[in-house]
Amino acid sequence: MKPFRYRAPLSIGDAVKTVEPIGEGGQGGAFLAGGTTILDLMKLSVVSPPSLTDLQKLGLDEIRWNGDVVHLGARVTMAQAADHPMLKERVPVLSEALWKAASPQLRNVATLAGNVLQRTRCPYFRDNISACNKRNPGSGCSAMDGINRLLAVLGTSDHCIANYAGDFANALLLFDAEVETESRRGERTIAFDRLHVRPDDRPERETVLAQDELITGFRFTLPQWARRSHFVKVRDRESYAFALTSAAVALDMDGETVREARIGIGGAATVPWRAKEAEGFLAGKHLTESVALEAGRMAFAGATGFEHNAFKIPLGQRTVARALLETAAMDSAGTGAGSN
Amino acid sequence: MAKEIGTARNRIDGRSKVTGTARYCADFAVPNPLYAQLVVSTVGKGHITAVDDKAARSVPGVRAIYTHLNSLGVRPAGFFGSGQGQAQQSWRPLSGPDVKFYGEIIGMVVAETLIGAREAAAALSFDYVTEPPAVTLDSPGVTVEPLQRTELSVGNVEAGLASAAARVEHTYETSANTHNAMELFATTAHWQGDDLTVYVPTQWVKGFQSGLAKNLAIEPDRVRVLCPYVGGGFGGKGSLFTWTGLVAAAARELNRPVKLYVTREQGFTVASFRAETRQEVKIAVGADNLITTFVHMGHELTSRPDSYVVNGTENSTRMYRAENIKAAASVVHADRQTPGFMRAPPETPYFFALESAMDELAREIGVDPVELRIQNDTDKDPVRGVPFTSRSLVECYRKAAERFGWSRYTPGIGSMRDGDDLVGWGVATSTYPTQMAPCSVRVSVDSAGEARVQTASHDLGTGAYTVMALAVHDKLGIPVDKVRVELGDSRLPTGTIAGGSITTASNVSTIDIACDRILRRLGNSDAGQVDIVAALQRIGQSRIEEYAEWIPPAVGEGGAASLRGDAVKIVGGAEKQYAAFAFGAQFVEVRINRFTHEIRVPRIVGAFAAGRIVNEKTARSQYLGGMIWGIGHALLEVSEVDPRTGAYMNDNIAEYLVPVNADVQQIEAILVPEVDDKVNPAGVKGIGEIGIVGTAAAVANAVHHATGVRVRKTPIRIENILTS
Repeated sequence: MKPFRYRAPLSIGDAVKTVEPIGEGGQGGAFLAGGTTILDLMKLSVVSPPSLTDLQKLGLDEIRWNGDVVHLGARVTMAQAADHPMLKERVPVLSEALWKAASPQLRNVATLAGNVLQRTRCPYFRDNISACNKRNPGSGCSAMDGINRLLAVLGTSDHCIANYAGDFANALLLFDAEVETESRRGERTIAFDRLHVRPDDRPERETVLAQDELITGFRFTLPQWARRSHFVKVRDRESYAFALTSAAVALDMDGETVREARIGIGGAATVPWRAKEAEGFLAGKHLTESVALEAGRMAFAGATGFEHNAFKIPLGQRTVARALLETAAMDSAGTGAGSN
Repeated sequence: MAKEIGTARNRIDGRSKVTGTARYCADFAVPNPLYAQLVVSTVGKGHITAVDDKAARSVPGVRAIYTHLNSLGVRPAGFFGSGQGQAQQSWRPLSGPDVKFYGEIIGMVVAETLIGAREAAAALSFDYVTEPPAVTLDSPGVTVEPLQRTELSVGNVEAGLASAAARVEHTYETSANTHNAMELFATTAHWQGDDLTVYVPTQWVKGFQSGLAKNLAIEPDRVRVLCPYVGGGFGGKGSLFTWTGLVAAAARELNRPVKLYVTREQGFTVASFRAETRQEVKIAVGADNLITTFVHMGHELTSRPDSYVVNGTENSTRMYRAENIKAAASVVHADRQTPGFMRAPPETPYFFALESAMDELAREIGVDPVELRIQNDTDKDPVRGVPFTSRSLVECYRKAAERFGWSRYTPGIGSMRDGDDLVGWGVATSTYPTQMAPCSVRVSVDSAGEARVQTASHDLGTGAYTVMALAVHDKLGIPVDKVRVELGDSRLPTGTIAGGSITTASNVSTIDIACDRILRRLGNSDAGQVDIVAALQRIGQSRIEEYAEWIPPAVGEGGAASLRGDAVKIVGGAEKQYAAFAFGAQFVEVRINRFTHEIRVPRIVGAFAAGRIVNEKTARSQYLGGMIWGIGHALLEVSEVDPRTGAYMNDNIAEYLVPVNADVQQIEAILVPEVDDKVNPAGVKGIGEIGIVGTAAAVANAVHHATGVRVRKTPIRIENILTS
């Protein structure tokens, strides 16, 4: 780890004025929230920002409700949101996604905005040695022919197959959330599904955020039927493991017929991923097991497997199907599938 | 003899551990230390052509940078695995420009601060000429070395196979594993004049003392190695680390104490590991379901220079009856570090193969897998025909089967499905040879009614402190909280290496001798009944002390040398006039979601018989811990090697997976009473390793029962059973 300067400004305005870019191996400003990603990467020398701008004095740590409109402060911790009674009741998929992420220690310090921006776990990115287009643009991708079991099958490019490792974002994506930001140029709102960008030929660029742009919160409107929502996370061990595949599902049901379905996919894609084609297919369908499996197949229609991760395609299909069926089986109060 | 199953006792060191007062090696403060940081190779094979230390030297506070160009002149301590010394491998780091594996130590930076040392280490740059390394069992360029000394042959295997009523022949594989103890590797070296004190987490303070003295070309008496607590050893802290001598030599040269912390990532390569294996197993039976023929051939990966082998066929051939037996192991030399012990080194991989094959045989001939093992139980060692000191395998199966509810087992594949869960049950045999080593202890009692036990043995967290206090209590009647136990200090009488599950058997046998002598001096030979205070008053002394040595009869010559710390003489298992083994049986239930196929183990029951149990509570913990690790071996643990480079790509504990609490639901260990008056004076069989043996096979067998998919490789993961 290289020496760095540390600042803890008292206002958002000061924070975006003083923040410096993360620099090589990273993107955006070197803000410090929970630190569970950036400090790790600094210790590994993957990123070496000249300074860290700590957000701890900025507040931004409240969960607010206004009717059906929910506002989550950027610095709300994962634990705080996971355990929030209203979120648990009105939108279990968000609470479950958070509960199933990381460990209690990490959830106690990691923040929602930090979690949304967490970096990939691709080992070739993190080793700071291998060729990696994300860390060192133009150097190549060691993962494509390497140990790529945990990496992506959706949204990959010829330049990068690094997976997006988070869970929460794939659930937040279901509700057409907006991201609120502030930079030296003022405030703006970004559609959440436009925050992350696919690797394409520029894998070093992961979001549309500018170098001085700070996420201050997330806003979304909850439909009543978000109570019927659920997060299935498939992993090698039962807790404290990244998803091999995950599915976040919310269903608006009319008896056994789907009025509207929303499906988010994790563990298998380069960015938070929504399966809109499968959602469209489900509308008006009687949700049988074969329909659920067909929706799963549609969700992974464009997937590309590599030597060690091709299994994520059939596994992802089944994960979607399982999540759909379990969500459909929930009662309308949203308590059928358990919260943990 | 004391009762078979001792009372359940909390650890006497438990309070100090949970309150943070127990000092682990890195906790010891030394005056004005420097901090060292290792630098490791980033290529898998090649040699260093240039070192650029300009940037590293410009980091503030850097005091020294060592590479092969200015190595510290550390001398060989001899490779432990060849019986020639104490070191983890046969060559020393910084002894030349060659790089033998990815992550090998090629430099060490010493600075005023840990952060400075790390920054400078990251800035130290090497140029290499590289060659493509051969890093897996199948990589082109590896060399195979059959090991004649492992060959074993009884009867006529070819004839046995040819005349069989039924047989199975399969190949099994186990993965590379890394110990990943919670306590990171560390070394602190502190010279005071010509005397060196080293704080290092180790399972062998005497071996480190002896080996370090050779490293530094000084008298062993000048070296003191201290390690009162170990934060997990699992075999990974058994032999002398290559860097400990470097740290001590740097401290000598720089005339300051030096502290080194090995990072989690470096721990994957600079220390030893469990190497991957491939094994062929053939089992043939007659029409009566009795095994006639058993073949077990092992292939184990090792480094280029060292022929490290665990060879579990030594034990697998002792499990069941057979007239025709053939076994051997070979090593496959690759561009990897030298492997080493990892809890139940031979048995963990080799019993995955044996006990998977037994299950396949049971399916093949349509016999209940428990019955097959009971029918093929043997009362004598099938290789040499000698009896076992005691053998309670059948009793273990019966006890565990009853507790598990095996009578409800239905053999059909998928026949026990429960809603969306595919349910499978599987069983396997556990075993571990009963081993012992020469040991010496000093025991004293005083007029305050207190006792002290001193020996350079170790408590890896397993409860050795408590067991030794209990041994004194059992003999002298002194309350356990009045017995002070001192371990982990090379100045104490030579104890045992914490390996081979020998600690309790060897130390308790020796403590018993010392206590008997104390009783004789006190004029009382009635164990456990003596009033020490009154007896000391009677003979007019305030304190008496006895030193005792115990050399297991099978050691023969070399026992005394072993007590000088020069070599380890572990004996037991299949030796001499008896075969000495502990046995167990494990029953596992798996549940697999029919959509997503996560393999979970909601229930596991193990029954174990291991002679006299000194402390029922810590014994149970050993069994449970072993079984939990077995679940990890079956389903999670693998050090993922990139075949192009030899780099471990999951070198952190977020991606090197071991079971967490949520993976362990109902787990139960049954302690089956067993009296063994032949195995050793204490009647104790080691239990440190048996718990992990067989678990992986029991899980694999259950997975097959649930799904019909036979996975002959660990870890068994979702993709292995996912049928599209």
